[in-house]
Amino acid sequence: MLRDGPGGSESHAMIRPGTIQHLISLLGRDRVLDADEQLIAYGFDGTATLRETPGCVVFPETTAEVSAILRHAHAEGMPVVPRGSGTSLSGSAVPVPGCIVLCTARMERILEVDADNLQARVEPGVRTAALNEAARVHGLFYPPDPGSMNISTIGGNVSHNSGGLRGLKYGVTRDYVLGLHVVLADGRILKTGTACVKDSAGYRLKDLFIGAEGTLGVVTEILLKLSPIPRAVKTMLASYTSIRDAAATVSAIIAHPVIPCTLEFLDRTTLQCVEAFAGIGLPVDAEALLLMETDGHPAVVEEEADVMMAIAREHGATDVKAAGSPAEAEQLRTARRSAFSALARRAPTVILEDATVPRNRLAEMVAFIQETADRYRLQVGTFGHMGDGNLHPTFLTDERDRDEMARVHDAFRDIFEKAVSLGGTITGEHGVGLSKKDFLPLVVDDTGSDLHRVIKASLDPRGILNPGKIFG
Amino acid sequence: MNQPQAIRLKRLDYRILETCIHCGMCLPTCPTYMATKNENASPRGRIAMMKAVASGELSPGGHFADEMYHCLGCLACQTACPADVPYGFMLEEARADVEASRVLATPARSFTRRMLLSHVFPSRVLLRGLGTMLWLARRTGLQSLALRTGLVRLFSRRLDALAPLAPPITRPFTAMGYRTPGNPNGPNVALLAGCVQDIAFADVNRDSVTVLEKLGCRVSIPRGQQCCGSLHAHNGELETARRLARINLDAIDPLAFDAIITNAAGCGSHLRHYARLLRDDPDYRERAEAWDKRVQDLLAFASTFPRLPESRAPRGARQRLTYQDACHLVHGQKIHAAPRTLLKALKEYEWIELPDSTRCCGSAGIYNVTRPEQARALGNRKIGDIRTTGADVIAVANPGCMVQLRALSREHNLPVRVVHPVTLLAESWQ
Repeated sequence: MLRDGPGGSESHAMIRPGTIQHLISLLGRDRVLDADEQLIAYGFDGTATLRETPGCVVFPETTAEVSAILRHAHAEGMPVVPRGSGTSLSGSAVPVPGCIVLCTARMERILEVDADNLQARVEPGVRTAALNEAARVHGLFYPPDPGSMNISTIGGNVSHNSGGLRGLKYGVTRDYVLGLHVVLADGRILKTGTACVKDSAGYRLKDLFIGAEGTLGVVTEILLKLSPIPRAVKTMLASYTSIRDAAATVSAIIAHPVIPCTLEFLDRTTLQCVEAFAGIGLPVDAEALLLMETDGHPAVVEEEADVMMAIAREHGATDVKAAGSPAEAEQLRTARRSAFSALARRAPTVILEDATVPRNRLAEMVAFIQETADRYRLQVGTFGHMGDGNLHPTFLTDERDRDEMARVHDAFRDIFEKAVSLGGTITGEHGVGLSKKDFLPLVVDDTGSDLHRVIKASLDPRGILNPGKIFG
Repeated sequence: MNQPQAIRLKRLDYRILETCIHCGMCLPTCPTYMATKNENASPRGRIAMMKAVASGELSPGGHFADEMYHCLGCLACQTACPADVPYGFMLEEARADVEASRVLATPARSFTRRMLLSHVFPSRVLLRGLGTMLWLARRTGLQSLALRTGLVRLFSRRLDALAPLAPPITRPFTAMGYRTPGNPNGPNVALLAGCVQDIAFADVNRDSVTVLEKLGCRVSIPRGQQCCGSLHAHNGELETARRLARINLDAIDPLAFDAIITNAAGCGSHLRHYARLLRDDPDYRERAEAWDKRVQDLLAFASTFPRLPESRAPRGARQRLTYQDACHLVHGQKIHAAPRTLLKALKEYEWIELPDSTRCCGSAGIYNVTRPEQARALGNRKIGDIRTTGADVIAVANPGCMVQLRALSREHNLPVRVVHPVTLLAESWQ
């Protein structure tokens, strides 16, 4: 799958002129891209080193159009790769050669914000941040906040069960999806779920499509829960001379027990890159930083913040301070969200992973990541959502160096095996896509693998939807 | 070097092209991506095409060329980019490849570009000649006739759409060779007069002299200076840009001044990178490095003074003042706080932030001439934002933006004074 892999003009030839003509007749000329030059920008998502050439890109605007596209693709046996903003980090939105890329970015209407029922109904191309802006007018917010929330789409979030900085208190995308409209591989339209908080009628079919990375259907409408905006928030920053102390602080806060809304971790390499970008005065000589946040009733927030700061000091924090203003707190969160991209200042290729462990095993996992990097002679930057055990070890490398790339692959295998041995998983929030499908058997047993195949075959018998992703 | 077929992008260092990890953090800040939701119209999509050209996978064709010029060059993506990708620099190289490939060449486009970029902007005589013609026409009430016969015709056939954009011409022009009378001991600064600034906004240059003198500077406007070449560099004419840079380096010895001051954002963003432009020119590179260190935007320069002149008291009710960030000030030069600090200190005005003030107004150099529909859509959004502030005055530090906002506020019947920040300082400082 490296850039000199299969693809290019040979695969482009796979798409039939008749298919393009049919798609143009469905959507109009301006919503079908098929010139070689125009397809280059759709060859990748946010994942390093993965690149292929699609046969065409289409921009449907309604569920009926998505249905018509899939009906045709199903009849012709054409592969279809759904895509939102293309910020996925496991290669799930990377095209397969010659496929139809079905881009939902123009299905971007917020159909309803129902403040009485704390719900919103949206199309899949709505940006996560745009939903939050619309909800804020009603005193509400949509809690899952992936790092790419300013551009990531709700459809993409649903398809990857995305998390974010607030996961440990507020949960992840799956916890907010009440209902879905999904176009199945053969073009049939499934409407599943209701606006009710309680609903025991039949299988929870919606859960099949959440985190399915577009392999089982194309989500075209989403009914989501919203939460009231908390009355108070306190944001704090703790600096450490050792990563273990930061990890121990996190474990102690959870065990206390306090459930903050955010416990984010940056190691020295990452925080130096972030500071080079953001210029907000982060302590670049610290070995580790914790960005901590608690929200809720003002009195509770004050009490929890005091507890968290005290625990941080007890566990060796050399400096603990609270953000002086909401603007300063937002700067810190924004800086944290830039971590992955900022690491690109250090190397031409940055490969980010998503290993996740139970929170009482964090210190062990963080130490193992560093040892593994040393053992394979690799440069690593680690950051992540420590509060929910979700780490993002990121190797700084150069894809032209084949020997080093092989060592990166081996190092990741060691890290994933270790995470699973500690009771963790290979991906907390990015999905499996292409980059982790080799490792899926570590966490899905033989029975589980059989069920994956059975479900895929019954919903997509011709295998046209995002083929080759997750497994197979 | 002079082979027309040599692809410039192929000569760029791999590390520059590979800085982009296509994470997509730029997308929400890109006006053309947000308007189309098409990756071809996004920074990372354009970079992917540039990489394909650099690797030989793609030769610059029609879609490539179209997207390189669809880009506003607003550089909002550079501010958003955590990886520090030098997009603006890459875009200049890519546009030069588009011009060398001649895929966009039509007789009309070639004529227009040659007239503007090779003859009019680089020639103070021609610019002033055109300016004088338009100024006379205006004085005699014939401005609209002059617009139909003069400058505008050179730009495009879409006269009706463009005529309102043509700037009013001010006289007299900037006094070349001016030196501050007397001999105070303050910083010794050279003021760059610009090209469009000089004929359309000579008052801004006069106000710049006033402001610098009130700050205690010795001010010179050296003779022999020319258009800075930013329009050329931004539009694929790097050779002409280099020629103009050498003329300016010959006219002004950077070592003779404490600072070289520009008051136009688009010029400043380019003027501070003469060394990069002349990196292959051993005769000029060193001088260009000294030049780059001394070039400063007037507002950023003024904000470094520990003590600013007192501003005059309001007469009656204070007017509401807002500020649009010129792209090449905030994104091109990362100057965000300085103009706000200066303007907020003016007692005559009540300050109000403009929502989305860092989004392009659609002027974008000559974009509102080459892509009038897209430029107008962005301009209309900007006018809507300005309306929500209820501002009486909007300050913006670039001549192109002033032209755009004046034309569109007039068209939308929005009674707002569009003014360069330096003019407000000159009026208000005592």
